[in-house]
Amino acid sequence: MSQFVFEGRPVPFEPGQSIGAALTAAGIRSWRTTRFGGRPRGLYCGIGVCFDCLVTVNDRPSLRACMVEAREGDTVEGGDRDA
Amino acid sequence: MVIVGGGVVGAACAYYAARAGLTVTVVERGAVAGGTTGAGEGNLLVSDKEPGPELDLAVLSSARWAELAAEDGLGAAVEYEPKGGLVVAETEEGVAGLAGLAVEQRAAGVDAVEVPAAELTGYEPHLAPDLAGGMFYPQDAQVQPMLAAAHLLRASGAEVRTGVTVTGMLRSGDRVTGVRTDRGDLAAGAVVNAAGTWGGEVAALAGVTVPILPRRGFILVTEPLPPLIRHKVYAAEYVANVASDDEGLESSAVVEGTPAGTILIGASRERVGFDRTLSMAALRRLARQAIRLFPALGDVAAIRAYCGFRPYCPDHLPVIGPDPRAEGLLHACGHEGAGIGLAAATGHLLAQSLTGAPPDLDLHPFRPDRFPEHP
Repeated sequence: MSQFVFEGRPVPFEPGQSIGAALTAAGIRSWRTTRFGGRPRGLYCGIGVCFDCLVTVNDRPSLRACMVEAREGDTVEGGDRDA
Repeated sequence: MVIVGGGVVGAACAYYAARAGLTVTVVERGAVAGGTTGAGEGNLLVSDKEPGPELDLAVLSSARWAELAAEDGLGAAVEYEPKGGLVVAETEEGVAGLAGLAVEQRAAGVDAVEVPAAELTGYEPHLAPDLAGGMFYPQDAQVQPMLAAAHLLRASGAEVRTGVTVTGMLRSGDRVTGVRTDRGDLAAGAVVNAAGTWGGEVAALAGVTVPILPRRGFILVTEPLPPLIRHKVYAAEYVANVASDDEGLESSAVVEGTPAGTILIGASRERVGFDRTLSMAALRRLARQAIRLFPALGDVAAIRAYCGFRPYCPDHLPVIGPDPRAEGLLHACGHEGAGIGLAAATGHLLAQSLTGAPPDLDLHPFRPDRFPEHP
């Protein structure tokens, strides 16, 4: 099975699966926190609307994990983009 | 008294009227802030006004908003930010135009500080490096408009009835004595028309003409970002657009961050009636103009857009005060794109009018019967 690397850890995915779906399938449900309350966020709407599931993929920040197809060897980080 | 309209102007009227001792009911056919208020950026600007009655109203309102924000918890609740506005020009002619306008604005009580090109990045580090200069206006501020309307209504203690449509006026002879609604009649000593872009329809129910028409505007919203933009920043052309009578698409970027982290990019102006169709042409222009000011926005995602309808009158002034053609009816509408900013002074002046107190500002330029009956 193909895999990408999420914060140093390999995550398997099916062909065509989104990064968000693969993370959730691997039991990773949260990868960033809210700006004020510090509350955990991951997939919410799952269809590209809510912008809760943002990830950095291969150094490109603020991508919606639910909309980005996972590719072999991707490096994925959670958290928000830096100031 | 009954206030028709639960936008920010109706809310401010409710707040100041209740403070003056009146018993207030607000009737709103949709939701609080469901019309133009909810489609605004929350601008409290003195910088974009040319000298005249609207600038005088804006200066008064700026002071009233600062007082409101100082009340217990209200400033934080409405996300009041006295951040100041920075107007930038691309050319030397633009800089000269800003300087000329500032001279006149200062005479009206506006604080305006010239910012040479070399000092612009001290105000806004991410601003494009090739601008010719700018003007800083410390009095410009911002609120979250929906929160502002809701919290002013709550603080007023007024009875707020949403989902109730006014269908007619109650009369006693020529006098307006209340409103007829789809949920029954409401008697009142005074009726305030704060229906914004729909104020002309409410006036018509009382048999009077107030010519208010919609001027559509789009706002583009970016993804939430770390603090990138400190002030309200806009291009000098914005002032000309605001005062323009052109019907076609006009836009000039007004860019500001919000406490939520999103950046709001306004503001387009079109006269297309109440058409809500998304205009990619308008959004593209807004994006291009914002990137011109802040190149760093070029690789930021826009996550949504919304539009609303500014209520404008032929002379671009609001309608504020009692209507001599229909005793018992007062108006507080037609604030075009400045309703959030002008709301506080409007509510304050209307309460003075209702209680017979001497007004802080002459209402004559805003009188409801100033328009020709058959234009």
